[in-house]
Amino acid sequence: MKLNTVKHNKPAGRLLSAPFLLWETLFIIVPLAMVFYYGLTDRSGAFTLENVAAILGAEHAKALWLSVCLSFVSTLICFLLAYPLAMILANMNVNQHSFIVLIFILPMWMNFLLRTLAWQTLLEKNGVINNILEFLHIPPLNIINTPAAIILGMVYNFLPFMVLPIYNSLVKVDPNVINAARDLGANELQTFFKITFPLTIPGVISGVTMVFVPALTTFVISKLLGGSKILLIGNVIEEEFTQAGNWHLGSGLSIVLMIFIIFNMVISAVFDKNGEGNML
Amino acid sequence: MIKTTAQKIYVGLIFLFLYAPILTLMMLSFNASRTRAKWGGFSLKWYADLFRNREIMQALWNTLLIAFIASFVAVVIGTVACIAINRMGRRSRAVMMGITNIPMLDAEIVTGISLMLLFISFGLKFGLGTILLSHITFCIPYVVLSVMPRIRQVDASVYEAALDLGAPPLKAFFKVVFPDILPGVLSGYLMAFTISLDDFIITHFTKGAGVDTLSTKIYTEVKKGIKPEMYALSTIIFVTVLLLLFLVNKAPKEKRGKIQTVKTG
Repeated sequence: MKLNTVKHNKPAGRLLSAPFLLWETLFIIVPLAMVFYYGLTDRSGAFTLENVAAILGAEHAKALWLSVCLSFVSTLICFLLAYPLAMILANMNVNQHSFIVLIFILPMWMNFLLRTLAWQTLLEKNGVINNILEFLHIPPLNIINTPAAIILGMVYNFLPFMVLPIYNSLVKVDPNVINAARDLGANELQTFFKITFPLTIPGVISGVTMVFVPALTTFVISKLLGGSKILLIGNVIEEEFTQAGNWHLGSGLSIVLMIFIIFNMVISAVFDKNGEGNML
Repeated sequence: MIKTTAQKIYVGLIFLFLYAPILTLMMLSFNASRTRAKWGGFSLKWYADLFRNREIMQALWNTLLIAFIASFVAVVIGTVACIAINRMGRRSRAVMMGITNIPMLDAEIVTGISLMLLFISFGLKFGLGTILLSHITFCIPYVVLSVMPRIRQVDASVYEAALDLGAPPLKAFFKVVFPDILPGVLSGYLMAFTISLDDFIITHFTKGAGVDTLSTKIYTEVKKGIKPEMYALSTIIFVTVLLLLFLVNKAPKEKRGKIQTVKTG
């Protein structure tokens, strides 16, 4: 009987996966293949590496380098802010996992562009923050339209993506393991570096990829907080598609971005085999 | 004692950081002055103007319509996919999960332009339809990721017992399996809905001229200055969601201890 059902299940399973597979093939795999096709051909359809090599041009290389630097700094800041926060939240014994997730998802119900724009109001010369600083006799903060404002926007937008996976992996750490380490004489710091941190590496890796990729490729945050003078690689690609209309060049530059993304995927696949560091 | 106080301050500061822009937008929605640079006194006029603004209302309708349909279709495809994936062997399961993860790990701008290229070469007319197809695409992974853990906890023999007792497969599924995975399905739906509602980047590349969601409408207004009605609208949406969540939390809790592991630390 058992054997029988298993045999019956197999074709049924394949049939059930059909809509999903069809959808994913048509709307994810084929489109990605098209980016490669456009990126590796010119307008006449002939093969060329010119669009990809265009990244080496002074302006594009500068945009990519700036993107890499800003997203690296933002990812680092997110990590430094998120880890202690996740630890505090995990220790709070709020036995309500969904509540924690909710607090971080909730801001998304106010539009992402508006929330980012609100930082303009907060950061302006005579904005809210500077008024508070003046009141406290602290020198004003003039970071609007600078790379610093873009970093702030990135950290603001992507911090939840760092907190949630780390929080999830921290909650899963077996308290018995911690207790055992303490019983065996490890102090708090040793326990942290030898036990807790290594066990949460899948969460950290997942958080890093979830922050680094959107930060590297954003064109909105730089446009809204960078005063449209600072070009990131995302802005360059976006302009090629919506204004310049050179899809081949835009696709070629996207291929360069995808190399970073694939590198990220491989790393997260190696460190997080069981999807332990998932956000949800 | 000092330690817990420091911890509370730290958490408080982070939440201030996360919610300060939201408070700012709410303040701006009551600002009588049209510019966001100065405070012109308290006013409700933007709330009144909002409902007379055809364009914003149309964009709101588009946004909600897309979010509802996209998250619903994504839930159906995603849940069915989870059932299928759960029955697969280790290898195929890994492949399927890998495919699921592509849009999550990929950059939104790449997803956006790749779909744009696809729709162009299919000769599709850019509009609500193309936005909808794209939204379903990026919503599916969120559904799969929240339903998958639930479905793995379902005891397959219960379903088989239902079959043995003569229930047709579909009935057996809805009577036996579905109630168990419902929390995952609901949170997947909510997540997909939220992401769809908040999306800008992918919509930006797959929308047609003249068709706007709230996000794309706001983006075109950035240069001219955001209409204060937008602040009023987003305040209404945010407060509504907050109230709904509060009510849901107030309602008697369903027995949840069954699956949740007890945390002892």
